[in-house]
Amino acid sequence: MTDVLTFTDRGIYCPAGDFYIDPWRPVPRALITHAHSDHARWGMDSYLATPRTAAVMRHRLGDIAVQTIAYDTAQQIGDATVSFHPAGHVPGSAQIRIAVKGQVWVVSGDYKTVDDGLSEPFVPVPCHAFITECTFGLPIFNWTPQDILQGQINRWWAECAAAGKTAILGAYALGKAQRLLRLLDPAIGPILTHGAVENTNEVLRAQGIPLPATTRVDANVTAKTHPGALVLAMPSALGTPWARRFGPASTAFASGWMALRGVRRRRAADRGFIVSDHADWAGLNAAITATGAEKIFVTHGYTTAFQQWLRDQGHDAHVVSTDYQGEGFDAAEDAA
Amino acid sequence: MKAFAALFAQLDESTKTSVKVAALADYFRTAPDSDKLWTTALFTGRRPKRVITASKLRLWAAEVAGLPDWLFEESYSIVGDLAETIALVLPPPRATSDESLTYWIMHLRALGTQDEDARKAGIIAAWDRLPPAERFLFTKLLTGGFRIGVSAKLMTRALAQATGQPEPELTHKLMGNWTPDSVTWTSLIEADDPGTDASRPYPFYLAYGLEDLEALGPPADWSAERKWDGIRGQFILRGGTHYLWSRGEDLMTDRFPELAQLCDALPDGTVIDGEVLAFADGAPLPFAALQKRIGRKTVPRKLLAEAPVILMAYDLLEQDGRDIRHLPFADRRAALAGLVAQVSTHTPLRLSPQVPFGTWDDLAAARSQSRDVGAEGLMLKRHDSPYLSGRKKGDWWKWKVDPLTIDAVMIYAQAGSGRRANLFTDYTFAVRDGDALVPFTKAYSGLTDAEFRQITAWVRKNTLQKFGPVRQVPPVHVFEIAFEGINQSPRHKSGVALRFPRMLRWRQDKPVAEANTLDDLREMLRLYG
Repeated sequence: MTDVLTFTDRGIYCPAGDFYIDPWRPVPRALITHAHSDHARWGMDSYLATPRTAAVMRHRLGDIAVQTIAYDTAQQIGDATVSFHPAGHVPGSAQIRIAVKGQVWVVSGDYKTVDDGLSEPFVPVPCHAFITECTFGLPIFNWTPQDILQGQINRWWAECAAAGKTAILGAYALGKAQRLLRLLDPAIGPILTHGAVENTNEVLRAQGIPLPATTRVDANVTAKTHPGALVLAMPSALGTPWARRFGPASTAFASGWMALRGVRRRRAADRGFIVSDHADWAGLNAAITATGAEKIFVTHGYTTAFQQWLRDQGHDAHVVSTDYQGEGFDAAEDAA
Repeated sequence: MKAFAALFAQLDESTKTSVKVAALADYFRTAPDSDKLWTTALFTGRRPKRVITASKLRLWAAEVAGLPDWLFEESYSIVGDLAETIALVLPPPRATSDESLTYWIMHLRALGTQDEDARKAGIIAAWDRLPPAERFLFTKLLTGGFRIGVSAKLMTRALAQATGQPEPELTHKLMGNWTPDSVTWTSLIEADDPGTDASRPYPFYLAYGLEDLEALGPPADWSAERKWDGIRGQFILRGGTHYLWSRGEDLMTDRFPELAQLCDALPDGTVIDGEVLAFADGAPLPFAALQKRIGRKTVPRKLLAEAPVILMAYDLLEQDGRDIRHLPFADRRAALAGLVAQVSTHTPLRLSPQVPFGTWDDLAAARSQSRDVGAEGLMLKRHDSPYLSGRKKGDWWKWKVDPLTIDAVMIYAQAGSGRRANLFTDYTFAVRDGDALVPFTKAYSGLTDAEFRQITAWVRKNTLQKFGPVRQVPPVHVFEIAFEGINQSPRHKSGVALRFPRMLRWRQDKPVAEANTLDDLREMLRLYG
């Protein structure tokens, strides 16, 4: 099997097409799986991404040279044929399939296998080699089904509203925040958004993604003007002066790391909702099996353990080090 | 179990004391007596006897979850808590349960008398009937430790709210060696007299570190004595039997058999607060001598000769069967002095001498001699202070000597557990020896959460080698390590062992070349060992 992709200090490289996938240093040509900042970085001469990813990248990175490509559409780049396929991670997120002389490799980017009701649902792509993230590649990570999660969050919000408290929910601005927005029951009260969240909402609404009505928090918005509100904010905004305007509040984080009691307690929030846009243990294993790949490369996450597990299952598995971070669980990483 | 799990969730999720107390008080108003009794027992460190080893539980959980043992262990190292790991990896339960906390405790105790196969079946069946939160608690009961951030103080406050009884009285009632089998809720909490159990100790009075010497007022209002470096203990002689309790409410009577001599020397109905000290030729031995005695239930004769102990008496709490804690310290001390004076000098009982002083400057001078006399500082007590319960400010203060410090280089890091799972918080430190680095201590505490996060990110990016959970890192970061004492130790490569080492500061201003050396450490051993 010839290597369709190689792993360099700039990122994942395809010699046949002379392009990089999600590079972390400037390169002439970059194919981007999704718009999170550890995957879509500034400084590339040209970008190729799905239309929704491109829209967020333009918002985040400004004036960049980006071409778009629809899902499931083949494009020839040099001697390589590439196509993008839904990864289910955030709106517009893609797995990238690269075929060179009959050899098919797939880069997963970040993904999850459950339908979150917002992102284009994950589709397994058969391949010879699969490069997969494993942010949550341990059997301790098993996500709460979305309908139960929805009940938990709305119940918490209703309890807060009844107790005269503002509910402040910390979540990533791109993807997680909008996914949660669509789970919220607007009958409970008004939904307020942190600027970073609302900016992303605007970009996604412009892409035709319907989201419930929200109010951007500005100097005039407080607990008094919006009693019984839920505030969607960046995790890093919790516990800051910005959050104090809401008076008595109950705080919560929405993250896969909330599965761990130690992390929950360290973050010192009132509630932790277990929800991630990455695949859980069962999801990772199901996705890998579905590709039928002979060779598996695992990147960011619990790589060493996950590689060993895959080898135990009879896979030809390898660890690749990358600069991707997946889902961080501490404030410093949340800000990234 | 549902009500207990709901209580646990409230306690665990909140960081606010008022919310925790309210949740507990609510539980104590509504739960059945047997569940209240067990909850009180669990939160004061009384737990059902272990019926199964942790290693068996790991094997069975891995088997039920369909995981290889190594992957279970890997998961455990990330989660940092065995019961939580088990609750997380097991498949969802296939049935439900409405049984009480007491029911499940009785269920696991009943397993104790059965053979291993039956125990295994009983535990797996329980896992399969409990949702994750309750499964975690059930497994926590199986594995022992039940530390969940509820202090005895907080629980007593909640009990006081729920029962309308004063806190100090409840604190006293909860002391001693009761178990949920030896008492009922009514006899423990609702009965009037806490003195029915002869072995029951009084709550210890604990002091805070001194904040402002000048704020204490006239020196003449105060008494000073040495703060001895042994094991704080309460000696009880009632009904012809003696008991020795540690501050952590461990009954240590059998570990220090020489103190049985006090039974003949003291009148019945005597309770003394003091310090168990290894002591010979009129002076305390280094803490290391006492350390050999700790944890030994039976003491070989050789060790008794090498490290004999005495009770250094601080205070008298009960005289002739009367609780005298309300009397002024000066009166209690006088009564204590009277008792000790009648005792033969061969008896292992001493009165902790007062340190005379006329001005605060005199006292500061006395404090600076602490290490020379084998003490870790001074204790200040107001002459008119009653013996309070728990840690209180105002009448008693401890004034410890400044710790010894050394600048050391971090060479290994390991992730913590519990609240610190996933953070590198446990470090090994080295001193320089020529070009080499010699490890000499570990430390876990003293940095802020932000500093731990910063170092964790650095460790992740700069790991040289992994040895299981331990990461070797480049010797770059220098930390100021504080410690209370230093002793010779043939078991350590460096030849020394430190007492209470912790990180005082991250010296980001210091290069490794300016860290202390092995010779510096040896010099400290010579001076203070």
